[in-house]
Amino acid sequence: MSASADLAGLETRVDPAEAEYRRAKRREAIRRKVLPCLGILIGIAVWAALVDLLKVPPFIAPAPLVVLETLVAKSDVLLSNLWPTMVEAVGGFIIGNVFAIALATLFVHRKALSETFFPLVVLINSIPVVAKAPILVLLLGNGFAPKIAIAAVISFFPTLVNMVRGLEAVNPQAMELMRVLSASKREIFLKLRLYNSLPYLFSALRISASSSVVGAIVGEWIGSNYGIGALIIQATYAFDSALLYATVLVGSAFSVAFFMAIALAERLIVRWQPPAAA
Amino acid sequence: MAMAEPLSRLSPGEAPAKRPRAEAGIAVDCRDVSMRFITERRTVTALEDVSFSVESGGFMSLLGPSGCGKSTLLRLVADLLAPTSGTITVLGRTPREARLDRALGFVFQDAALLPWRTALENVALPLEVGGHRGLPAGAPTPRELLRLVGLEGWEGSFPHELSGGMRQRVSIARALLGGPRILLMDEPFGALDEITRDRLNEELRRIWLQTGTTILFVTHSVYEAIYLGETVLVLAANPGRVRAAVEIDLPRERALAIRETEPFNRIAAKLRGLLAGEA
Repeated sequence: MSASADLAGLETRVDPAEAEYRRAKRREAIRRKVLPCLGILIGIAVWAALVDLLKVPPFIAPAPLVVLETLVAKSDVLLSNLWPTMVEAVGGFIIGNVFAIALATLFVHRKALSETFFPLVVLINSIPVVAKAPILVLLLGNGFAPKIAIAAVISFFPTLVNMVRGLEAVNPQAMELMRVLSASKREIFLKLRLYNSLPYLFSALRISASSSVVGAIVGEWIGSNYGIGALIIQATYAFDSALLYATVLVGSAFSVAFFMAIALAERLIVRWQPPAAA
Repeated sequence: MAMAEPLSRLSPGEAPAKRPRAEAGIAVDCRDVSMRFITERRTVTALEDVSFSVESGGFMSLLGPSGCGKSTLLRLVADLLAPTSGTITVLGRTPREARLDRALGFVFQDAALLPWRTALENVALPLEVGGHRGLPAGAPTPRELLRLVGLEGWEGSFPHELSGGMRQRVSIARALLGGPRILLMDEPFGALDEITRDRLNEELRRIWLQTGTTILFVTHSVYEAIYLGETVLVLAANPGRVRAAVEIDLPRERALAIRETEPFNRIAAKLRGLLAGEA
């Protein structure tokens, strides 16, 4: 193949223009990492300056350094309240997504079921979380169950919708190929539809990773005396602004970590997409 | 078996001294085939009373303008569609029986590779579905077929890492797996640049000579139809019907340069006349 010869040629030649291009690329990559960090630092500096200059009382808004101190001093309280929220968010995430994937599989194989229940699904999905949460608390009481249920319900809908789309949006010629090969419905599902749905599934999972944390926290607001949500409410009513900010930081750090874990899993599993499309 | 000589013993570029003998008989026979598609606004007659037949081991080009139903015709032979009326016989059986027996290989316009599979895994897909787990004795392996289409060394590459021409080569290798007796090709090189297309035309002729497979090749290029085919079936549109079946009287061993010769141009002029509607 001449193409392989071309490739081999490209790799062996070291051209000064090419080396310069590589250096420029590296500088660009560093810039992209450094500048956002600089932005965050400037933001914190402005915050610190405003609190100091305007003499904002500590029960309204804390100085950044005070938040940092609280983060260290109350780390045991913060961590002991992070655990329940993590369990609720991750538990709800798993339950909601497993149900969504199972139902999407059923919908794709039984058109009548999909036509009957999909509109209902869309209707329920249109109810805001804050409205759904009290209903689930009434149904499930005050323990872990309602928070997990809320996180599950939030995770469920985007995954169901995306998974159905991913299982159905198969290249028509690939479908014809499967028919020429006399593949069974099961083989078409396992060899074609399932793989085809993975990029769609992961884009839903990335959304539900963050929103399941929101669901757990909202659940804790409504009725709980533990967890990140409960701590937020307690700190607010106690005018402990430093604790409030520290709690929010811990909660969002967890949310970001959860999101990044899903993005990493996607990069490890969906390896066939060209880098540009990813 | 049509594939008398194992492909593994052949290498690309090496012209075989003798073509494997194809068994005598008719590979594909269509009698008075009509196909109508009913849509909201109107009923489209894609094909009307189409009759033709291809001998075993033959190479027929289906040539016609867009909308003449040539892709539909290929899909009827492959049992992807059922005709409104008329009969289609594939190797003496119904298209469905031929499909279930893996007598057919299909090459699509876009290569239709599965993006999550490497080149080698794509070629091997037919062994994983449809209850055909093993290769017939003596049939070339996926690796050997990739070598046949000139992709040795690219086995582990994913489709997005391959050029359009290379992807189409992979899909040809996949269609050849298991030694199908008929290869159906639906404008497989239509989306490629002319240089790649020329090279693949040459290779397809070589593969045909080496394997003895019957080929039906859909195209809307007059040059491609003549260079590749032993016969060209000229189709007219609205409704799709057979204008003429033209025997191509050129040597079996053809270089691309044959397209600049006098006999080739005479045939081309004749086909263009037929396409323009002259009797």
